Amino acid sequence: MSTPAFRRAELARLLLDGSKSKSSRASSALRSALLLFLLALSGVGFAQVSDPTPLQFRDDAEETRFHQLTAELRCVMCQNQSLADSNAQIAHDLRREVLDLMNQGKSDAEIKRFLVDRYGEFVLYKPEVSGSTWLLWFGPLVLLLAGAAVVFQLVRKRSGTATEVAADDGQEW
Amino acid sequence: MNQPAPAPNKMPTGAFVFAGVIIALFFIGLMGLLYYGVQRSDEAGRDALPSPLIGKPAPDFDLPLLHEPGKRFTLAELRGQPFVMNVWGSWCPECRVEHPVISKFALTKRVRFIGYNLKDPREDALRWLEQYGNPYLMVVADEEGRTAIDWGIYGAPETFLVDGKGIVRWKHVGAITDEIIANELIPALEEAEAQK
Repeated sequence: MSTPAFRRAELARLLLDGSKSKSSRASSALRSALLLFLLALSGVGFAQVSDPTPLQFRDDAEETRFHQLTAELRCVMCQNQSLADSNAQIAHDLRREVLDLMNQGKSDAEIKRFLVDRYGEFVLYKPEVSGSTWLLWFGPLVLLLAGAAVVFQLVRKRSGTATEVAADDGQEW
Repeated sequence: MNQPAPAPNKMPTGAFVFAGVIIALFFIGLMGLLYYGVQRSDEAGRDALPSPLIGKPAPDFDLPLLHEPGKRFTLAELRGQPFVMNVWGSWCPECRVEHPVISKFALTKRVRFIGYNLKDPREDALRWLEQYGNPYLMVVADEEGRTAIDWGIYGAPETFLVDGKGIVRWKHVGAITDEIIANELIPALEEAEAQK
């Protein structure tokens, strides 16, 4: 019995209960988060033109390719979701566009280029190696090498002193 | 040889200090990043994507006019002078926020304002303009939202400035304010006019 009305009642109960709680600061944060959530839900009421027919795939291979491709593309609206996961209207439209381009015989690379030309590198979860992204690609490797160099230096110095220590030890005692 | 050789202790201490400094720097960097994120968190356009179209020719379109659906309108008909294209929809709450600002500026006739009605049922769009006023020279209707993909539009409101040669000069995602018009749109417009 998890109807939307029931969920709303539950949320309302949570909102009201929150005010009685001892840790008022945490509960007010929770309440404002819930309020924001409810406000976001209320925005769904606006009607946009949308085509509700689900996407039609010709065969399993096409469907698999489609899912792999859209999982590698980022939704421009809900920026922490992939194009495959997002339920934003623009994601619907772009999924349809991707399938259309696939049906036109475009390769994965061409479809990605199509989206990058319009929405920018942002849509790629794996950006291409270029002047502006080389730090992103090779930064971690550079850090790793720098760390290795530092460790190497320290170890060399240490092993040098270790022998000195042994020699000193004999003289002092 | 005079020194009593504190070497055995000195070396590890140095390494510890060094490691401490590295960790502290890393931590400070992390804090700086978080602080930067928090500082930015109330900026309206922080999630806006920079358009790859800036400096490139505006994508052509061939769309029906909202008020005369039988007539089609193309980009080529706007050549010669700069124009502002404002993407809106009756379903978009932010569009209502920016509408008075857009209207006020459009009525100064500084530049041509074209409305781009996105994914809107026609009746809704017409009623919206009747209710809030129509500041646009003309409104093109993109019900399916296909042409919008060519323009890299991913929502409303979005506003483009295109110069007389059809090059996209500027884009803003989100509601336009008086400050944005004064600080961004007008300078971009002056630049577009100067280079003509």
